Amino acid sequence: MSTKDEKAGGSPESRLLEVDDLHVEFRSREETAHVLNGVSYHVDAGETLAVLGESGSGKSVTAQTVMGILDTPPGHVTGGSIRYRGEEMLSATEQRRRELRGENTAMIFQDALSALNPVFTVGFQIAEQFRFRRGMSRKDAMAKAVEMLDMVQIPNAGQRVKEFPHQFSGGMRQRAMIAMSLALDPDLLIADEPTTALDVTVQAQIMDLLDELRRERDMGLVLITHDLGVVAEVADRIVVMYAGRIMEQADAHSLYSQPGHPYTEGLMESIPRLDMKGHELASIKGLPPNPSDTPPGCPFHPRCHRAEDECREKRPELHDLGAGRLSACHFAEELISRD
Amino acid sequence: MTEPVLQVRDLVKHFPVTQGVVFKRTIGHVRAVDGVSFDLNKGETLGVVGESGCGKSTLAQVLMRLEQPTSGTALFEGADMFAKKGAELRELRRQMQVVLQDPYTSLNPRKTVGDIVGEPFEIHPEVAPKEDRQRRVQELLDIVGLNPGHIRRYPHQFSGGQRQRIGIARALALRPKVIVCDEPVSALDVSIQAQVMNLLGELQSEFGLSYIFIAHDLGVVRHLSDRVAVMYLGKMVETGTEDQIYEHPQHPYTQALLSSVPVPDPELRDRRETIRLSGDVPSPANPPSGCRFRTRCWRAQDLCAEQQPELEVRLDGGRIDPDAEGHPSACHFAEQHPHVVK
Repeated sequence: MSTKDEKAGGSPESRLLEVDDLHVEFRSREETAHVLNGVSYHVDAGETLAVLGESGSGKSVTAQTVMGILDTPPGHVTGGSIRYRGEEMLSATEQRRRELRGENTAMIFQDALSALNPVFTVGFQIAEQFRFRRGMSRKDAMAKAVEMLDMVQIPNAGQRVKEFPHQFSGGMRQRAMIAMSLALDPDLLIADEPTTALDVTVQAQIMDLLDELRRERDMGLVLITHDLGVVAEVADRIVVMYAGRIMEQADAHSLYSQPGHPYTEGLMESIPRLDMKGHELASIKGLPPNPSDTPPGCPFHPRCHRAEDECREKRPELHDLGAGRLSACHFAEELISRD
Repeated sequence: MTEPVLQVRDLVKHFPVTQGVVFKRTIGHVRAVDGVSFDLNKGETLGVVGESGCGKSTLAQVLMRLEQPTSGTALFEGADMFAKKGAELRELRRQMQVVLQDPYTSLNPRKTVGDIVGEPFEIHPEVAPKEDRQRRVQELLDIVGLNPGHIRRYPHQFSGGQRQRIGIARALALRPKVIVCDEPVSALDVSIQAQVMNLLGELQSEFGLSYIFIAHDLGVVRHLSDRVAVMYLGKMVETGTEDQIYEHPQHPYTQALLSSVPVPDPELRDRRETIRLSGDVPSPANPPSGCRFRTRCWRAQDLCAEQQPELEVRLDGGRIDPDAEGHPSACHFAEQHPHVVK
């Protein structure tokens, strides 16, 4: 399916990550929740792919499965494939996956305070990687750690490496985590809500930093977020997730100017905008479905204002709309051909 | 002009920082709210924006009389709020209600929705006689868009957005005049956030409520507010109508804040002016001398470290204009700057 969109994709060499028809379930004694129901996307070198979705849409679970850090149990991968530079990850040995983690793929998280170890200094935690993965001496590794902190623009890095995470402010911790994730020079970085816990002025700093580092290193960046504003500022391509499925994929400009799925459209209309005032927010009625009990047909149909009988009965496939766009709506063609 | 519902003058709340266990001594103060003044008119929404630690939530707590102010006055319908006690205080609390941020922790998990929404009537039986309570609660649930039949359900049986509606129903129960909303939508997903914001708007016009709407999301605040106050380190740095603040911000902090908010429109990418502040907000226990924003301000000069700028109506260039109406800012070099948002 990812072979279809030649325009959006690059050459095979630049394709870093391909997620194909990924299925994940969370099993408990009482019920099985279908958290991912066939998620496919790809990331090329140097591009920013935004994965947009609300809580429970499966955007973080996809990322955790890609990194191989999904908790099993309760999580179970029941189908699909994840390829890093063509190499299948799901059947790879834990040893091989470990080799790739950090070295080739890395991830940063929303809450830097709980992602960092409180009893070791920030410098130690960054230097650790150089010591164990690169076999450097303590001293050399620490010098590299200072270099990394310097790269993420932490002032006075030489002193700061000796401090503990709690001595850092929220923005600095996020910078430290970025430094740590980039220490071994990965070419794919997954950022899971990296700025959600931060104030806007700090958020802007961190997003600028991530964008700059991506450009410098020609890195592929997967930005997982619920914030349509952040996405509009940095994403090249966007996938919109809902109830464990991809609802729509498009380049940033087309997605915002002409959404190809009523869910995307609903999201756009429900954000209060800084540059507009006074319009009634067109909220999406109702709630997202329970993952252990998703409705038949289109998972969005109970909340959709366009839903017809077809939507209640037949599940719309994610289909090609041309120009690198995909949508899982029966009426996608109509939606994008409106004036 | 009618008298404002609420008049707040020079409100200060300092929290002591102590050291030692047996011989506790105060070694400093966190200046959470440090001289805040504003008026709130009937039927109006005053938006209060600022980053974490600017004192906006402490302001809410002091106004709700959950914290005693260090100094300052607040008049509710002309009477001193902070002097009230006993029956008077109870009456005040009937008139001023609060909606809190976290719908998960602000509802008692062991009580049914009926008990939660009906609890205000226990304290104020004069509002609804006992036999009438259940009907009143169901009415309230209906008003906020919940199924009145769910009166015996527990909070965990509701989603985040629905829980926030329960919190709003509880706040409405006593027909208050003022509702203080402390980040009421920031824990919600966008599609649900829009539902709750629309609800707050409808309730305001229906019941003639006045809101103090505290939030860090500038888009949300613009959408609901008539007037907006921008706070930084315990002080208001600029106040004005929604249009004045968003279209003609004068204070450098307001300008930087607006410029930092991402706008959901890729066409504006690289076309908007970017003002990036460096560093973090200083500690409110040890704020900078003079203007508190000067350590992060790109326009700061020597004067800013020496003299604290007052919140006054200013001409371009920062000169105080004593005759002008309405859009005060606390910057020695205040200057209109209309192109930050677009």
